[in-house]
Amino acid sequence: MDTEIQEPIIQLERVDVQLGERIILQDINLSIQPGEFVVILGPNGAGKTTFLRLLLGLIQPASGSVRVLGQTPRVGSHLIGYAPQHRVFDSELPLRGRDLVGFGLDGHRWGIGLPSRARREKIDQVLKEVDGLELADAPFGQLSGGEQQRLLIAQALLTDPRLLVLDEPLANLDLSYQQDVVALIDKVCRTRGVTILLVAHDINPLLQVTDRVLYMARGHSAIGLPDEVITESNLTKLYGSPVQVVHTLGRYFVVGAEV
Amino acid sequence: MFAIFQYPFIQNAFIAGSIVAIVAAVLGYFLIVRGLSFAGHALSSIGFAGAAGAVLLGVSPIYGLMVFTVAASIAISILGREVRERDVATGVIMTFALGLGILFLSLYHGYAEQAYSILFGTIVGVSRDDVAFTLLLGLILLILIAIIGRPLLFSSFDAELAETRGVPVRALGSIFLILIALTISITTQVVGILLVFALLIGPPATAIRLVHQPLRAIILAIILGLAYTWLGILLGGNSPWPVSFFITALSFGVYLPVRLLSQGIDSKRSAKGFEKLSMTDSALASQKDRND
Repeated sequence: MDTEIQEPIIQLERVDVQLGERIILQDINLSIQPGEFVVILGPNGAGKTTFLRLLLGLIQPASGSVRVLGQTPRVGSHLIGYAPQHRVFDSELPLRGRDLVGFGLDGHRWGIGLPSRARREKIDQVLKEVDGLELADAPFGQLSGGEQQRLLIAQALLTDPRLLVLDEPLANLDLSYQQDVVALIDKVCRTRGVTILLVAHDINPLLQVTDRVLYMARGHSAIGLPDEVITESNLTKLYGSPVQVVHTLGRYFVVGAEV
Repeated sequence: MFAIFQYPFIQNAFIAGSIVAIVAAVLGYFLIVRGLSFAGHALSSIGFAGAAGAVLLGVSPIYGLMVFTVAASIAISILGREVRERDVATGVIMTFALGLGILFLSLYHGYAEQAYSILFGTIVGVSRDDVAFTLLLGLILLILIAIIGRPLLFSSFDAELAETRGVPVRALGSIFLILIALTISITTQVVGILLVFALLIGPPATAIRLVHQPLRAIILAIILGLAYTWLGILLGGNSPWPVSFFITALSFGVYLPVRLLSQGIDSKRSAKGFEKLSMTDSALASQKDRND
């Protein structure tokens, strides 16, 4: 880690987010440095997805300041790569892996988009990076969850982003595929020096690669090293009800709250 | 057999049919990818009311078709914002329109023949003016879909992801439904309201089963659509049976075996699996330890 002081990639100051009458996020303050690997944890409805949408420029804060890469977030930024939450895709979806990854490059542009060698090489390059070259011509809907996730990550890398936002890339994956995807994301983080923001349900598969944890509950948040944040006093405060943390065999288990 | 091409009405049918086959195949591809087949069906049923109303007013059915289908596509966009609501909203609008269609027809005297031609198409009744209009509208539709095609496909795949990249997802969805409404309006002249699917859904549904690359699937859909239309006109022109029957029979007759055979291929493919061997524990353990 270099020690020079860099401008944070993400900086939130006293941010509140409201959807209609409901307060989703309240008084969020945090800053994330370039190259950090940050895992976002918290129960369903804690505001994790809202937080990502805020950074992606899809929603605006009710108050406070949000800076991403030194700017107010706006949609269409090529400096932010985003892989959405994995869902079950129609097995008959008539797109190949390569078509999907190509969306990351020019899916937003008008016009037909004729095939070109340069475009193909660019796509092949990120496919190689996620170890997914053999998936390029397979129908996307017929790939396994882990394979689809790799292609979604490849798609997010095509514009050479400085921030990679991954919404639950480990959801619905078997343990071995989880390890596979974690190793891939870690590799991307280190080789590209890109900042990773990853939403997960379970910190354990990510402990070895995580720099800091952002824990969210009831619209509040706490950020820090895993063993600073995942403590009984911290989580009890966040959840607003008694929580026990069991830290054993190098793993964390949060008990007593709906996790 | 080809002697029928000396008749002007067959020439008109041939040109109008070809334009419609191309436009319907291209737009139908996006309709299927977006999972909007039902909206396509509903819009053509709604077109029935428009055509009947136009007949009642004594104007060409195409204008009634366009007014009703475009209005309905806007209504569906507004009412059916959520996917869950969309089919319900679409169905409610469709049944109301069909009711209006019955009313218009009952008010119009001489109704059987007109209704018949709206429902099942009168490709051999297409005039020179109809051909010119179809060509103009068809070209406009193709140019527009060429412009919005790529972001439309992107947003069909994942609307939120497309939105983060700056694609105006909602506006594109609404514009696309209007393009579909206009496509149905010109397609109806050839195969009639009940049989629009033969050209709108049949060719792209078959093509998607055979090739997965979008541009190739669209080109194959066009080839299939043209083949059905040309063969249909040729067979219909040389027999007492209607052209619409031949086009629909070809569309179904090709789709069915392709669907059944490609299913076999797909299940074999997933059985073999693209699954990559998962990473072993030792490989994972050798991953760099970041806690330094």
